[in-house]
Amino acid sequence: MTAISVPLQAEPNILSRLITRPTAAVGVAVLVVIVLAAILAPAIAPYAPTKLSIASRLHPPSLDHLFGTDDLGRDILTRMLYAARTSLSVGFAVVIFSSIIGIVLGLTSGFFKKLDAPVSRLIDAMMAFPDILLAIALVAALGATAVNVVVALGIVYAPRLARVVRASTLVIRELPYVEAARALGVPTPVILVRHVLRNVTSPLLVQGTFIFANAILAEAGLSFLGVGISPDIPTWGTMIATGRQYMDQAGWIMMFPGAAIVITVLSLQLVGDGLRDLLDPRLAKGI
Amino acid sequence: MSAVLPDSAKAAPLLSVQGLTKHFPARNGRIVHAVENVSFDVRRGSTVGLVGESGSGKTTAGRAILRLVEPTGGKALFDGVDIFSLSAREMRKYRQKLQIVFQDPFSSLNPRMRIAAIIGEALDARGFPRGKRRADRVAELLTLVGLSPDHASRYPHEFSGGQRQRIGIARALAVEPEFIVADEPVSALDVSVQAQVLNLLGELQKRLGLTLLFIAHDLSVVEYLCDEVVVMYLGRVMERGPSRLLYAAPRHPYTKALLATAPAPDPTRRRTHVALHGDIPSPIDPPSGCVFRTRCPEAIAACAGIIPPLDHVGDGHHVACIRHNERTI
Repeated sequence: MTAISVPLQAEPNILSRLITRPTAAVGVAVLVVIVLAAILAPAIAPYAPTKLSIASRLHPPSLDHLFGTDDLGRDILTRMLYAARTSLSVGFAVVIFSSIIGIVLGLTSGFFKKLDAPVSRLIDAMMAFPDILLAIALVAALGATAVNVVVALGIVYAPRLARVVRASTLVIRELPYVEAARALGVPTPVILVRHVLRNVTSPLLVQGTFIFANAILAEAGLSFLGVGISPDIPTWGTMIATGRQYMDQAGWIMMFPGAAIVITVLSLQLVGDGLRDLLDPRLAKGI
Repeated sequence: MSAVLPDSAKAAPLLSVQGLTKHFPARNGRIVHAVENVSFDVRRGSTVGLVGESGSGKTTAGRAILRLVEPTGGKALFDGVDIFSLSAREMRKYRQKLQIVFQDPFSSLNPRMRIAAIIGEALDARGFPRGKRRADRVAELLTLVGLSPDHASRYPHEFSGGQRQRIGIARALAVEPEFIVADEPVSALDVSVQAQVLNLLGELQKRLGLTLLFIAHDLSVVEYLCDEVVVMYLGRVMERGPSRLLYAAPRHPYTKALLATAPAPDPTRRRTHVALHGDIPSPIDPPSGCVFRTRCPEAIAACAGIIPPLDHVGDGHHVACIRHNERTI
């Protein structure tokens, strides 16, 4: 068949095929552990996340506090587990939000020829801004809350998804099954969802995993810079931000959340790579 | 009304294409003359073949008739109604009367939909109620095209090219159309499967009283099925007429060349051998006068001067060649 990025074969059960690839399987396993840890945080965390204990402030890792304590004597492991909930939720929400914008922009520009030029220029203009600067500007304008961080990052990453969706839509629009639907008199919105969007899901899924990883990093970055989520709410980013002041005396305060970010992002990238190889045979053969 | 003519010839055509023209914009404000002033009739219950090389505009003509591409000019009277003048909303109602079967059996079925859903979409289009009867109807349609009813729960990739083509036919039949454009429905199939699909189309046509416009690049495929043949070259009709006349006594040099290249099932049949050289010219800048003159073995200077009219040469046989009278057949 012709080399297009839209596979003509349906992929039954992507997950089961994904975990036959060793690197992707590692990624999936690690992510499952992290997600479970986040969900079960109240049950498995050894302390309460807000429990202060001035007596035990800045304790290095020990049996009592596996990852040590911070400047207010709070248990790092506990806070990391709770922070995972926020960081992962923010990342996931960004993926969903940017997907919605990206799908709408991508489908309209890819399917309707007249809208292509204006929408594509808008996408180009958005992509011309450096990611983190645009996010900072948006959060600064909207106010530093978790919701606004999601909105800002969603807007920042939407153009990438829009491009992926547009590129696939341009190909699918010309395929005979879309023409067949038109010949049957199927309304255009139904064609867009049933025939186009459904066949864009593979590249969207791949891009979505990478955006998930980027969003976690960006959220941490924003929090670290103090323009993200309020420091009272534990996220991996806010924990690193507070730990920065004690870097010399208590490196563990930043080190463990930092490691959590690295491991999560790396796992997401591994899964993303695996998905891409699986869903885009053209790239896989090139390797 | 003359009593000598057979009934079929007298009956008003189901589809009458008149002066169909389709231009596409090209770079630098130039125009691609994909289809230029094409006219032909399709009688109810008959099969008309639309034949030409790649680039002859036959596929574009077929799609323009269904308004899958918007025609630039001309009329298409379907049962007396000019479907080119219908609004998008009115056209939607008409769409079910005119269906299409595609060339590529792989990209003509949505890979993410089960067969039941693919055919179900067509049933939805004609307002078929949901429920038990629907599954029965899908099964019935699958049986009609020679597939098994339990194929309904499968995905397109589980089928061979020939089977997929049958599914495509079932989808088109689901809305109970009167007219089907078959756009090279067998060109992408193995030779052994081609005959099966052709037989199926022929059989369905008889059973359901369908009217077919059969697009092909090969005259030999068309001969088997068609009552009449329209030969196109570079967007224009070169010759058209009843199959038996056109195959036995082609009047246009292009038709002769096409017949010479088509494999003949009957080796005793005499055919003049005409080999065409070169490629089809660009439809952006078609030759003046007769568009075929640049490759025509019989071209004379006068061919560049006038666009040959489509002359009637008897029995519904039409030829667009200024020299058709000079030659003896």
